[in-house]
Amino acid sequence: MEAGAMTIEVIKPGLLTTVQDLGRFGYQRFGVVAGGVMDEWAHRLANLMVGNDADAATLEVTLQGPSLRFGATALIALCGAEFAARVDRTALPHGRPVLVRSGAVLDFRALERGCRAYLAVRGGIRVPPVMGSRSTYIRAALGGVEGRALRKGDALPIAPHAPGWFPALEAALRAGDAPCASVRWSAGDSAAGAGAHPVRVIAGPQWELFSQEARALFLGTEFRVSVNSDRMGYRLSGATIKPRRAAEMISEAVAFGTIQVPPDGNPIILMADRQTTGGYPKIAQVAAVDLPRLAQTRPLEPVRFALATPGEAQREYLAREAELALVRESVDLRRRG
Amino acid sequence: MAAAAAKHTWRIAPLGDRCLIVEFGQEIDAETNLRARAVAAHLLAHPIPGVVDVVPAFTTVALHYRPECFADDPAAAPFERLAARLEEILTRGVGRRPPPARRMEIPVCYGGEHGPDLPDLARAHDLAAEEVIAIHCASPHVVHMLGFAPGHPYIAGLDRRLAMPRRATPRLKVPAGSVAVAGSQSTIYSLETPGGWNLIGRTPLRLFLPERDPPCLLQPGDEVRFVAIPAKEFASLREAAWKPAR
Repeated sequence: MEAGAMTIEVIKPGLLTTVQDLGRFGYQRFGVVAGGVMDEWAHRLANLMVGNDADAATLEVTLQGPSLRFGATALIALCGAEFAARVDRTALPHGRPVLVRSGAVLDFRALERGCRAYLAVRGGIRVPPVMGSRSTYIRAALGGVEGRALRKGDALPIAPHAPGWFPALEAALRAGDAPCASVRWSAGDSAAGAGAHPVRVIAGPQWELFSQEARALFLGTEFRVSVNSDRMGYRLSGATIKPRRAAEMISEAVAFGTIQVPPDGNPIILMADRQTTGGYPKIAQVAAVDLPRLAQTRPLEPVRFALATPGEAQREYLAREAELALVRESVDLRRRG
Repeated sequence: MAAAAAKHTWRIAPLGDRCLIVEFGQEIDAETNLRARAVAAHLLAHPIPGVVDVVPAFTTVALHYRPECFADDPAAAPFERLAARLEEILTRGVGRRPPPARRMEIPVCYGGEHGPDLPDLARAHDLAAEEVIAIHCASPHVVHMLGFAPGHPYIAGLDRRLAMPRRATPRLKVPAGSVAVAGSQSTIYSLETPGGWNLIGRTPLRLFLPERDPPCLLQPGDEVRFVAIPAKEFASLREAAWKPAR
C-alpha cells in the first residue's frame, strides 16, 4: 500500500518508546530542556552501524519493547539494552547492521540485560525537527511524534534504503526469502548497568559545603535507584547526605549527570530530561563516559560512586571518542568489503 | 557593596567534564545579573566553536561544551583550554551593557479563581487586595533569568511590602499563565507544572512559544510591567493567544 511505503508502522508501542537524538541544544537559556538520548554511547553506536550521523534520530526503547512493521526495506541496528527480538521468525542479532525486508515485523520480547535499547534506521527517523532537534520531550509535548511516546497506529517516516551502500547484505537478502540479513560480526557494544563498577564522579561546585563525613558517606554508600526515577532524574536511597548548613542556593545551570542534594538528603542524579537550572547544592557530577551505564541501570539496582578529577574524566571522554572513530572506520571497511 | 566588588571579578569552575560555570558574584542584585547577561550576550554574538549552550542565571553564566573541540593541546585538559579562552575574553572586557531592554506589558487578571493566594498575601501584610494589586502593577520589574520550565521567567523587583515565603506545601498543578510571588521575586508559570509560589493572578498570554524563535515571550533583561485586567478581558485575550497556530 502506498501510504505505508516509507514508514515504520507501530503495531504495539511498548512501555515507553520515544524518538530521540543527541538533544535540543542552543535553547537552554530560554529554559528549554536539552533532553535527547539517555545512553549516548548505544545511540551513537547504533547510528554508525547504519552509516548515520551521530545526531540522526533513533527509537529509545525502555524496558518493554514495541512491535514494528517495516513499510520499506531498511538497514537497522539495535544497540544498548539486550532484548530477545525477532524479525518475523528470525532472531535479530544485537549490535550490528541488519537489512530488514519490506513488510517484515520486528517484535521485541524479553529484556535480558540493561534498561534502554536504541534502534537506528539508515537515514534516521524523519519526524519534523522542533528547535533543531527531533528529541521527544513529553512534559512540554515537544519533538518526536506529537511530543509523546509512540502509540499503536503511528507511522514513523523513514528514508528508503538506497541500494549499493551495503552490497553483501543486499545480495544476501536477494538470494533467499529470509525476512532479514545480517553480518556475523558485532562491534563495541555494552549494556552494562552501574552495578559492576563504581560510577566515576567529579566534585561538584558545592562539594566543600559537605563535611568530610558527609563526603565519605556519599563515596562509601551503595545507593539504590528508586522506583520514582525516570528520564528526568534518578532518585537514590541508601544514606542521607546533609550539607554543613542549610545553604540558601542561588539557582544556576545544571547538566546531564549533575548530582543534587535536596533538603531531605537523598541525592538525585539529573538525567537527559533535566531542567536547565536548579537550586539545590550540587555535590558531584557524573563523568560523561559513565552516563551510559547509569542509563542502563534499572530501578532498585545498586549504584556506587568513585571520585575522579575533571582531567581524568576528560581523558576517558576523549578515549571514548577515539574508540567510536575506530568502530566507524571498521564498519566502513567491512561494508565495502 | 557586593555589586561594586562583583564588577570586575569572576570565578570559573567546572561543572563536570562538559560544562563550566563563570560566577560574577554571590548575591542576587541588579549589577551582578547585568554583568552575567552582558557576558552571555557577548558569547552569543561571538560564539566559541564547540560551545553548544550559553545559559545565564542570576549571578552566573554556564557554558555547555564538547570536550573534543578543545582537545588540540595534549598538555592541557579541554576544561583548562576553554577556561583560558574565557579568561582572555573577560580580561579584555565584553562591554558593560547587554542589548537595550525591551518593555513588556503583561495583562493579569488578579485574585479570584486565577489568584487563590491573593487574600492570604494581603492579610499577611495588612493590606487590602486592591492595594496588593496596585503595588504589583506600579513596581518596575526586570526578568533576571529563565529556568525551571521552558520560557519560565524569574522576575526581580517585587516591592518589599509584598515579600512572602513559598507555600509550605507546593501545589501539584499550577495552571499555565499563573502569576506568582515568593521571596523578593515574581514569576509566571509557563506550563502547567507543580509549584510552591503564591498565586496572585493569571495572564492570558502564552509564555512558551515553541513555533517561534526565540521560543518565549519574555527574555532576560526585559522590563516588565503588570497591568490589571477584568475577567471578561482575560477570557477573550486568552482565546486569541492560545488559538492553535496551525
